[in-house]
Amino acid sequence: MSNDPIHQFHINPISPPIHLGAVDATFTNASLFMVAGVAVASGFMAWAMRSQALVPNRAQSVAEIGYGFIHSMVRDAAGEEGVKRFFPFVFTLFTFIFMANMLGMFPYWFASTSQIVITATMALMVFLTVLVVGVGKNGVKFLKLFVPSGVPIYILPFVVLIEIISFFSRPLSHAVRLWANVLAGHLVLKVFAGFVPMMVAAGGIVAVGSVLPLVLTVALYALEFLVAFLQAYVFALLTCIYLNDALHPGHH
Amino acid sequence: MDAHAAALIGAGIACIGMGGAGVGVGIIFGNFLQGALRNPTEAPKQFGNLIFGFAVTEALGIFSLLIALLLLFVIR
Repeated sequence: MSNDPIHQFHINPISPPIHLGAVDATFTNASLFMVAGVAVASGFMAWAMRSQALVPNRAQSVAEIGYGFIHSMVRDAAGEEGVKRFFPFVFTLFTFIFMANMLGMFPYWFASTSQIVITATMALMVFLTVLVVGVGKNGVKFLKLFVPSGVPIYILPFVVLIEIISFFSRPLSHAVRLWANVLAGHLVLKVFAGFVPMMVAAGGIVAVGSVLPLVLTVALYALEFLVAFLQAYVFALLTCIYLNDALHPGHH
Repeated sequence: MDAHAAALIGAGIACIGMGGAGVGVGIIFGNFLQGALRNPTEAPKQFGNLIFGFAVTEALGIFSLLIALLLLFVIR
């Protein structure tokens, strides 16, 4: 089944079955790469920041630039209050997704963000946080989120309806965007890489042409690294924008 | 017609929807480039807005891809 492009997304248990009540907590290859991503990210941060020098060395610079990048993104999208309350949450989400995507780029390694259950869990975490914080902080005023100011009264009902639908489709699009991008990227890579042995096996002039899909696979790999970073950034940015709605409803 | 054949045709039709997202993403980046070339110093400040518009537009194309993938691999 080496040519089946879906095969790479199969979840295989790597421990004996573990059942906690009704929950199947068996340690799988997906769990392994999530744990590995967390371990690499936190290990790198702790190692890079061990000296905490005033003039940073290269590793410390990477850690500080990554931290500052997300910090300024949260401040721009959600304001100072957003930084105070949600920066650790957003930074954790970004680092987790980024490491999961990057570890998934290694051949034969597992991209845990290609499982919708994982992205949906994170999207629902964000959605429920927005609901709890929005209602807890603003009370009934949170409903102003659905009533944009300055809209003529005769189209207001339709606008409110559209706002409500778009609010509740947020977790869906939030989860599916990351999942489908990673899934589709890995599928395309596998399909194009599969062309190379197929064309070599055909022999003759077609075998010479197999260099084309080979070059294209390398180019697509570079694109996938961009997508791996960009989707982690997009997920974190949308999280900030949604959290900003919870903190300041009616200001969008 | 065989149900599986119908699902395959449906997957192909669903992928047409991604063309619309392609047009939208092209408009977003094209207009950003136009604005950025007219006022390059202000352009980096709009990077977040650019990516936000890209992400929201791309989501709709991803939805049609999702339908295609469901038809291909889930609904047998």
